[in-house]
Amino acid sequence: MPVTPTRRSVLTAAAAAGAGLLTGCSAADSGSSSPKKGGTLRAAFPGAGVKETMDPHAQRQFVDIARHKAVFDKLVELDSTLRPVPRLARSWSSDAEARVWRFELREARFHDGHALTPDDVLYSLSRILDPRAADHLAKNSLAHIDLPNCRKVGRRSVEIALTRPNAELPGQLAMTGTPVVRDGWNDPRHPVGTGPFRFVSFTAGREFTGRRFDGHWNGAPHLDEVRILSAETEARAAAVRSGEVHFAHEMTPTFARTVQHDSRVRVVATRRSGVQGFALKTDRAPFDDPQAAMAVKLLVDRRRLVDVVCSGRAEIGNDVYGKGYTYYPDGLEQRERDVAEARRLLRRTGLYNKKVTFYTSTAADGFAQAAHLFTEQAGEAGLRVEVVDGPPESYFTDVLSKGTVTNHRCGAMTIPTYLSERLLSDAPQNATAWRHRDFDEAFTAARAVADDGRRTERYRAVQTTLRDRGGLVLWGHPEWLNAVSRTVRGVREAPPNTVDWARFDTVWLG
Amino acid sequence: MLRHALRRCGWTLVQLAALSVIVFLLTDLLPGDAATVDFNEQAGLGQVAQLREQMGLDRPLAERFADWAHGLLTGDLGTSLVGGGPVGAVLSSSVPVTAALAAATVVLLVPLAVALGLLTGLRAGSRTDRVVSAVTLALTSVPDFVLALLLVGVFSLRLGWLPSTWIGADGVWWRRPELFVLPVAVLLARTVCVLSRQIRAGTVTALHSGYAVQARRLGVPPARLVLRHVLPNAAVPGVQELARTGDQLLGGVLVVEAVFAVPGTATALVAAVQNRDVPTVQALTLALAAVACLLNLAADLVGQRLAPRTEVLR
Repeated sequence: MPVTPTRRSVLTAAAAAGAGLLTGCSAADSGSSSPKKGGTLRAAFPGAGVKETMDPHAQRQFVDIARHKAVFDKLVELDSTLRPVPRLARSWSSDAEARVWRFELREARFHDGHALTPDDVLYSLSRILDPRAADHLAKNSLAHIDLPNCRKVGRRSVEIALTRPNAELPGQLAMTGTPVVRDGWNDPRHPVGTGPFRFVSFTAGREFTGRRFDGHWNGAPHLDEVRILSAETEARAAAVRSGEVHFAHEMTPTFARTVQHDSRVRVVATRRSGVQGFALKTDRAPFDDPQAAMAVKLLVDRRRLVDVVCSGRAEIGNDVYGKGYTYYPDGLEQRERDVAEARRLLRRTGLYNKKVTFYTSTAADGFAQAAHLFTEQAGEAGLRVEVVDGPPESYFTDVLSKGTVTNHRCGAMTIPTYLSERLLSDAPQNATAWRHRDFDEAFTAARAVADDGRRTERYRAVQTTLRDRGGLVLWGHPEWLNAVSRTVRGVREAPPNTVDWARFDTVWLG
Repeated sequence: MLRHALRRCGWTLVQLAALSVIVFLLTDLLPGDAATVDFNEQAGLGQVAQLREQMGLDRPLAERFADWAHGLLTGDLGTSLVGGGPVGAVLSSSVPVTAALAAATVVLLVPLAVALGLLTGLRAGSRTDRVVSAVTLALTSVPDFVLALLLVGVFSLRLGWLPSTWIGADGVWWRRPELFVLPVAVLLARTVCVLSRQIRAGTVTALHSGYAVQARRLGVPPARLVLRHVLPNAAVPGVQELARTGDQLLGGVLVVEAVFAVPGTATALVAAVQNRDVPTVQALTLALAAVACLLNLAADLVGQRLAPRTEVLR
């Protein structure tokens, strides 16, 4: 859906900007209702210094993913409800067992003129799965691809065989680290993709420039050039307000409040992008007892956490990941705070007046604040909490093995991906140390069900088990805040890592 | 004089060697290593272990240090643990930016501080002295980042005169002098104040010293008295302070580079520490330490040249 400013949005914007700016504002908005060609868009993202890479299979940070998105395409992307939508793959189908998949490729060209073939897709898969590459992120989630049995079928389609049935393969091919590269390509210094912008230059931690690729299968972008720049929070905020960049990724609620009445900048807020919560380790005392974990779920004041930690810019969580996304179990009763019941459970499990430690850090905005708020709320129910600070740089690795209670957050991803990456016995990010064979089997069985309706039901059961017995206290689904100059048109609300997120080929400068 | 200089140089080398060991040990003491930090939220412990092995971080500390020291002695700064590029490239891309900032600051700093120091020192107690002193003291107590944000707020966001950031200026920064204005202003604010206070104090002392009083009694004209006799003596603590300003500037540069997104040495160093990229941390620290040592050495020598008598006193 194109985002052309409606009459009403113009008037609202003008009213917000104040009467004195009315003329300037409507002048900026009119005349740009249809896309304009040309111009250079400058977009700023949080940088990662020399860690940044142009290898699309090793992408780590949002800034990497945004750059790769300009240069490369994936077979499949996710829409804003995290459902797979076609990109380089025009369509797909599987056998009744969901074990062999066929993807029909569209006609697309690489920047060097080479036409996309099934070989490029097969090569890309083998490169992602390269056992020697420690930094290929999709390696784990795509490990069930049976490479030797994958093959091309004719000129335009490719067959992907799996070692076990999986109805979620299309969604997994849309995850981070899955772009399609050219057959034999292995030089991140000279990226060649099928994406809307061809590579011009890149300096890690500083900037990337891409120029419009007229031969893009989805039509050429409106912009001549896109520049993706790395900058820290203060610099991004100042740069987008002073007009030096047109787009700033990941802004704070404080920033959003500051620019409320700014005529030059608007905030594009995406509802429900991922989750914020606490992770309780379920493999050790006291939270190996599901009743102790339940006590914590009941003593948490979710509304207050949302109000304080997210400045109110979040929806209240219900201990289930993926609110608003495909497979979210709707109709579950909202878990409310019940201090009396929490206290009863604490007494029953022998936790009353006992002390647990909360391992936190400043690794992400609001982590420490949430930990201290939790301490206060736990105290009201009779659970004593000691907060321990850890180093921010290695926090997300440390929490995999350390702590009794830790902070937890997760960006937007499909619900099956979340479950398989974080809650299976051998999941790489199993922060709650949730290891149950029967759970693994229930999930794997659900994922193998080819029928959509029946699969949804099975996922619901899996998620309900987690909500009642697991160690995740998911208290909020924060909004995702980006800032754009008023001159920029066509920016859509979209959770990170979905098709319309950081998408600059459909954007134009008014 | 020459022997003194040589002895000082030798000491500087010993200092640098000791420093390299300390920095290596300290970075090793930091929690986590490059492999844990590299992945952040996305990978599991298995991948981290594989990465650690690839980076050679599973080897004992002494072995890693020996490797690194050997490389350094043969002129090889090593390979960055993150990104995999040569450490030399990090230095050559970040040092010029910071050097340019520092040079611009010092070029303005010296005449400004000397002028202010003399102005207030020669007329100590006057209204000018009181006003200037009050302002400089006030400025000294404003933290750098507060001043930086204030300046951005006024000159970039409200007035729109100056750019608020170096984002996107990569590769062209030396052609855009307007980029330097706010960062250099922040760097100058505190250093000018401290240095001019030193020169003021030196001037007051020199003016009331026996030789100045005697010279005035003998009828030496005031201008000549100030330039030939007072200033060189007043400048000695100033020169020492200037060298120390080098260290202070480093602190300021950290803040300034962060606020204005300047791709300089401080930014590179902070990132390297955060990434536990030991070879890069080592190289940058040694480079900065070498500069600090050289500055102090130079200050010593210049100070002696300006007022040879002080050598006797020491």
